[in-house]
Amino acid sequence: MTLLQAERLTFQRGGEDIFEPVSLTLAAGRVIVIRGDNGAGKTTLLRVLAGVLSPSSGCVRLNAEPIFVGHLPAVKADLSGRENLHYERQLGASQTTIAMALIQVGLAGMGARPARTLSAGQKKRLGLARLLVRNAPIWLLDEPYASLDAAGCARVDALIDAHTSQGGAVVLSTHQQLPQLDAAIDYLNVASASAADG
Amino acid sequence: MAKTSPFLALLKRDIKLSIRRAGETLLPLFFLFAVVVLIPLGVGPGPNLLSLMAPGMIWVAALLASLLALDQLFRGDLDDGTLEQWFIGPSSGYAQLGARLISHWLISALPVIVFSPLAAIMLHLPLEALPVLILTLLIGTPALSLIGSLAAALTLTTRGAGGLLPILVFPMVVPLLIFATGAVSLAAEGTVSNPHLGLLLAFTILNLSLMPIAIRAALKMNLE
Amino acid sequence: MSHQDEQVWVIWKTLKRWFHMLGSPPTFSRFARTVSPWLWAAFAICLVYGIYLALYVVPPDYQQSDTSRIMYIHVPSAWQAMLIYVIMAVLASIALIWRIRMTEIMAMSCAPIGAAFTLICLVTGSIWGRPMWGTWWEWDARLTSMLVLLFIYIGIMALYAAFDDRRKAARIASVLVLAGAVNIPIIHFSVEWWTTLHQGQTIRLLGESSLHSSMMPPLLWLTVAIKFMFGAALLDRSRNELLEQDQSKQWVQRELEGQFDARQQTRAADHA
Repeated sequence: MTLLQAERLTFQRGGEDIFEPVSLTLAAGRVIVIRGDNGAGKTTLLRVLAGVLSPSSGCVRLNAEPIFVGHLPAVKADLSGRENLHYERQLGASQTTIAMALIQVGLAGMGARPARTLSAGQKKRLGLARLLVRNAPIWLLDEPYASLDAAGCARVDALIDAHTSQGGAVVLSTHQQLPQLDAAIDYLNVASASAADG
Repeated sequence: MAKTSPFLALLKRDIKLSIRRAGETLLPLFFLFAVVVLIPLGVGPGPNLLSLMAPGMIWVAALLASLLALDQLFRGDLDDGTLEQWFIGPSSGYAQLGARLISHWLISALPVIVFSPLAAIMLHLPLEALPVLILTLLIGTPALSLIGSLAAALTLTTRGAGGLLPILVFPMVVPLLIFATGAVSLAAEGTVSNPHLGLLLAFTILNLSLMPIAIRAALKMNLE
Repeated sequence: MSHQDEQVWVIWKTLKRWFHMLGSPPTFSRFARTVSPWLWAAFAICLVYGIYLALYVVPPDYQQSDTSRIMYIHVPSAWQAMLIYVIMAVLASIALIWRIRMTEIMAMSCAPIGAAFTLICLVTGSIWGRPMWGTWWEWDARLTSMLVLLFIYIGIMALYAAFDDRRKAARIASVLVLAGAVNIPIIHFSVEWWTTLHQGQTIRLLGESSLHSSMMPPLLWLTVAIKFMFGAALLDRSRNELLEQDQSKQWVQRELEGQFDARQQTRAADHA
């Protein structure tokens, strides 16, 4: 089943296309890895897929609820980890409880602390825990491995594998670390439109 | 667990957050009283002059006070990434925007309304005008919040951040100030102020119906 | 299809083609470069003739003597200041709906010109008001509305200047233009309401029926002159903005080289 389909997407900033037109089809159980150099437009493409940005041309079709974890973890610093996940869960809860989600991302026992007191890597993990408590089959992850240690990266891979084996699908961007997954991966290379000109 | 609408979820979270930062939340109220104390010190304590100026002063103070809370209205959410979450997938963002506007009004305008009788008494506003003052604040402050929110949304990612807010807000609140203070002044003279109140209500309804569209458009453009 | 329908259709098609052609930066630049000198010339002719009529032909006002002659600048500027906002709002809505770049640039080029006319209107109003009211500033409804209009224009210009990405800046400022377009009539009405309430009717600079028929020709000539000036200034400003935004693009270099070559040739001819 196709969960997400995009046709000939472009996005302009300052009157210039950011990346060459992109078409992709994301089926249940699949993973698409967006690769490209810094500034190639990976983040912009993910934000267009997520709906934060409206494409300049082309269209995105979603057949299931998406969830987006960007560079910024979308975590309120003044709320505790548990409160942050509780808010996320109100938007459509999955089977996973908040306590289970915290354990799975390696934040067991830290749920009561205000997010302000967490380190950058821990905030990132809390941001990823949002994925687990929400009932959203489409995961859109911008640089999920950034600011995580080796163990953290392995955890992300495990989460993605668990998600795809349950019929979910993932689009993620990365510029170095390649995911070590059991799930089938499609690679999508994003080329900067201006680099192609020059 | 049942699914809560994004509107209610965000409203609850916003109110919880603002209670947690009560110091910042009550800033507009302190500002209102700073103006109420400073103006008699500046123009003299004569009750006649003060009661004549009271409607205008309270409204101008409420207006300036509302500017204080605007800068952080969307910026905190922009910086931690929660703002872009409003627009994910099929969500148009209107539910979240509505929740934010209501919580903003509850937090920044409601305390000012609640304490406005105190300010009015300190400025010798005739007591019979007090209900009309409160009524104008109740009707007018939603429009004030909407106009301020548009300015905050437009300037969200500008260089020099909130410096532009006052100049964008000022022209658009002119009708608000005229209708509201006109109503209170007439009431203080013991005359009927219904036409003013009617115009004020019409202005607020117009803003309620059109502003959310402009604010949402401005937010999305700023996220680019 | 009747004959008339067909004609309308042809006109519509032609207009549409023109619109699309002018949407392309090089075409617009060439168009602006060609047309603007003619508009400036038309402006100069109308201006000189209009001023001549205003200063020498029209007899002095029996109440205000020569002071009322400032009206021939004041009134056309006031009209133009408001008309420019309407034009800007139309361009801004086109820019927001169809995302046409030229209309974004033109809408944003309207703002400083509109602000300038508003300022001219305010300054001449103040100078005119001095002998009439005995003060430089009176809270007259029209002047107060114009002052608020000036602040709206300044807000739009400041917002447009505050972003790095020019297209994003233009689209966001266009939202403010439209918000202003909804608000300006309300502001105007509320200010009228306010002045009648607070001080009764002040002496209007221009009484309702005091326009003598001999005043009409210079007023008309100067109004037309200002229309030409606006057209010329809008084309020049838009073209400059376009050239600046696209300065690294090839078409700009070709466009400017062409001008440069032409100038060099005339200079060479002068030397020889």
